[in-house]
Amino acid sequence: MAVDVLMPALSPTMEEGTLAKWMVKEGDVVKSGQIIAEIETDKATMEFESADEGIVGRILVAEGTSGVKVNTAIMVLVEAGESADAAPAPVATVAVAASVAAVAAPAAAVAAPAAAVVSKASADWPEGTPMKTMTVREALREAMAEEMRANPNVMLMGEEVGEYQGAYKISQGLLAEFGAKRVVDTPITEMGFTGIAVGAAWGGLNPIVEFMTFNFALQAIDHILNSAAKTNYMSGGQLGCPIVFRGANGAAARVGAQHSQDFTAWYAAIPGLKVVMPYSAADAKGLLKQAIRDPNPVIFLENEIMYGQSFEVPDLPDFTIPFGKARIWREGTDVTIVSFSIGMKYALEAADLLAKEGISAEVIDLRTLRPIDYDTVLASVQKTNRCVTVEEGFPVGSIGDHLASTIMQRAFDYLDAPVITCTGKDVPMPYAANLEKLALVTTADVVAAVKSVCYR
Amino acid sequence: MAAKKAPEKSNVSKEELLKFYREMLLIRRFEEKAGQLYGMGLIGGFCHLYIGQEAVVVGLEACTKEGDKRITSYRDHGHMLACGMEANGVMAELTGRSGGYSKGKGGSMHMFSREKHFYGGHGIVGAQVPLGAGLAFADKYKGNDNVTFTYFGDGAANQGQVYETYNMAELWALPVIFVIENNHYAMGTSQARSTKSETLFGRGLAYGIPGEQVDGMDVLAVKEAGAKAVAHCRAGKGPYILEMMTYRYRGHSMSDPAKYRTREEVEKMKSEKDAIEHVRDLLLSAGLCSDEELKAIDKSIKDVVNASAEFAKASPEPALAELWTDIYA
Repeated sequence: MAVDVLMPALSPTMEEGTLAKWMVKEGDVVKSGQIIAEIETDKATMEFESADEGIVGRILVAEGTSGVKVNTAIMVLVEAGESADAAPAPVATVAVAASVAAVAAPAAAVAAPAAAVVSKASADWPEGTPMKTMTVREALREAMAEEMRANPNVMLMGEEVGEYQGAYKISQGLLAEFGAKRVVDTPITEMGFTGIAVGAAWGGLNPIVEFMTFNFALQAIDHILNSAAKTNYMSGGQLGCPIVFRGANGAAARVGAQHSQDFTAWYAAIPGLKVVMPYSAADAKGLLKQAIRDPNPVIFLENEIMYGQSFEVPDLPDFTIPFGKARIWREGTDVTIVSFSIGMKYALEAADLLAKEGISAEVIDLRTLRPIDYDTVLASVQKTNRCVTVEEGFPVGSIGDHLASTIMQRAFDYLDAPVITCTGKDVPMPYAANLEKLALVTTADVVAAVKSVCYR
Repeated sequence: MAAKKAPEKSNVSKEELLKFYREMLLIRRFEEKAGQLYGMGLIGGFCHLYIGQEAVVVGLEACTKEGDKRITSYRDHGHMLACGMEANGVMAELTGRSGGYSKGKGGSMHMFSREKHFYGGHGIVGAQVPLGAGLAFADKYKGNDNVTFTYFGDGAANQGQVYETYNMAELWALPVIFVIENNHYAMGTSQARSTKSETLFGRGLAYGIPGEQVDGMDVLAVKEAGAKAVAHCRAGKGPYILEMMTYRYRGHSMSDPAKYRTREEVEKMKSEKDAIEHVRDLLLSAGLCSDEELKAIDKSIKDVVNASAEFAKASPEPALAELWTDIYA
């Protein structure tokens, strides 16, 4: 009986991939466990083994096709003497050109709600600057490459940043361009290499430390806090530490409690650190370049789910975005929604839905959590008189809590409703798909919170 | 004094012996004065004295050249004086005054001097080990032949990050000398009560790092071993471990109950192994100098230390605005 071979999910967050190469052709006999194709995800190119035995009856997706959705039938296996005619016809629409458009589509969808409504152009680059579309991943890579070209003391170290090309492909190609002296693969030894990197920063280098995810930075937390953040103060200003700690932060998808945690509020509590968590690719690039040039330790928090999202990025040889300057993505009059990183996705989606119900939301991306641009938030709240904050982290001691208290202290008379903080739930992240969804903040949470503060 | 050593190192000059004598004596008198000021309430918090271990830093500093770096734990006063930092600035930091090396904001455990390449002064046991390897990483990256002396105690030797650092230091051939100051007690826990390892330097062999045990009470033996380790590092052969067998006469900190060792044990070390007496004997028994000359040195050291105490008392407290400075570079 003919069996459909489906496009596999090869990582927790993979939704689609490229069928890079077929290792078999129609008519070949395939054994179980045999490598039949190479599939490229947004993280790596991986070999795909057949789980079944049979004869390749028909190849449904041509080599080189990108944007192939997980669970799409890519090949039909038949038994000896059986015909593949009963199988579905090759998916003609999944041609290379068509799939490129398919890849670009979600990107446009992400940018669309904001682009349509933002009236004040971003002041981060001159009006009329040519733009190009790129993913957050590419933007981060470009930021590092540009800074490494500009300053020979900038170097990258971490687990799998070199030969493996980065666990999430952020450092892809950097080893080839800059060599093993400047792109340093470390053993799995977070505390040790973080301490070494801090010492190297004191010794005159500008290290970028990649944590595969910030969950693993807990192993190194003593050096981040006690060695990197405090020494300039304890030395009376003699020993600044120009270092960037970067990597994925927050929930990915279905990786359980130890690998799904947003540490933004933790790091934002520490004097001596600067804390950045960008949403768009342009911010990822401009803020990472700024972080690498900063003479202080910078915690640069990325989000795995955002890595593959595309945005418009200024096509400039060099641009940076200053810390402590929020971006207003969407102007509005009825309520202020403040967020950062992936929370912006929910905030902007909610603003779209609310607009249809006649509620005009102003959406602010904080971009940096230390320093925080209080002025932009307060000015907005003084205009809208209502505020909802959105983040993925735990509710106790959240960024939202801090903003709520700041707004209460500095704009109490302007408030028409209590500030509502939308956060992740107060539970370790569950694995089960339905429970995980329940634990995370959602667009619906934001819509409900806005309606509540608007008494609607 | 029992079991005096013979002046066996005839190739050591009078000048060098006098230099060692002066430097070790400065540390001892300084620490005695610090203990006194602590008792008077002029120094607060934790204060860990280096008395007894002076030969280690003085002997190793004799092997350094300009640009070499050093980093250590919270028992750091001796290291600072040995690398040329001013007694005034160290003492004023102990009293929390603006004239201190950290403007009064660091205290006993957190002092630094970029100028003298002294990178602290670290209060978290063992943290200085990867930090020191990182300083060496920067030197290797820049292509110079400087070395970093990374000091830690027998207590810190049980921290996991020490071995993470050994692994990478050897893997990347970093020019770092790991100096284990084995004074036999991690606070109040003797080495025998914390490990079955017979030697601490021997643990480095598992990572491919050569090392040796050294009589850390003999400044000449320290210097000789240090020179060997420095040559190894400067030649690009990677790290080296020196396990300095030494002894701290005073408590772990100023609030040590001293219940974990006998008074006899301490007295025996003082009378038989004292590093300063050793050099004094070498000078006198070989007829290199007179008792009067040494007494003159003693007085000049006492003057320096007394002056530092006066400076540390007279230096003003930091301005209140200093609370908000130096958080960011």
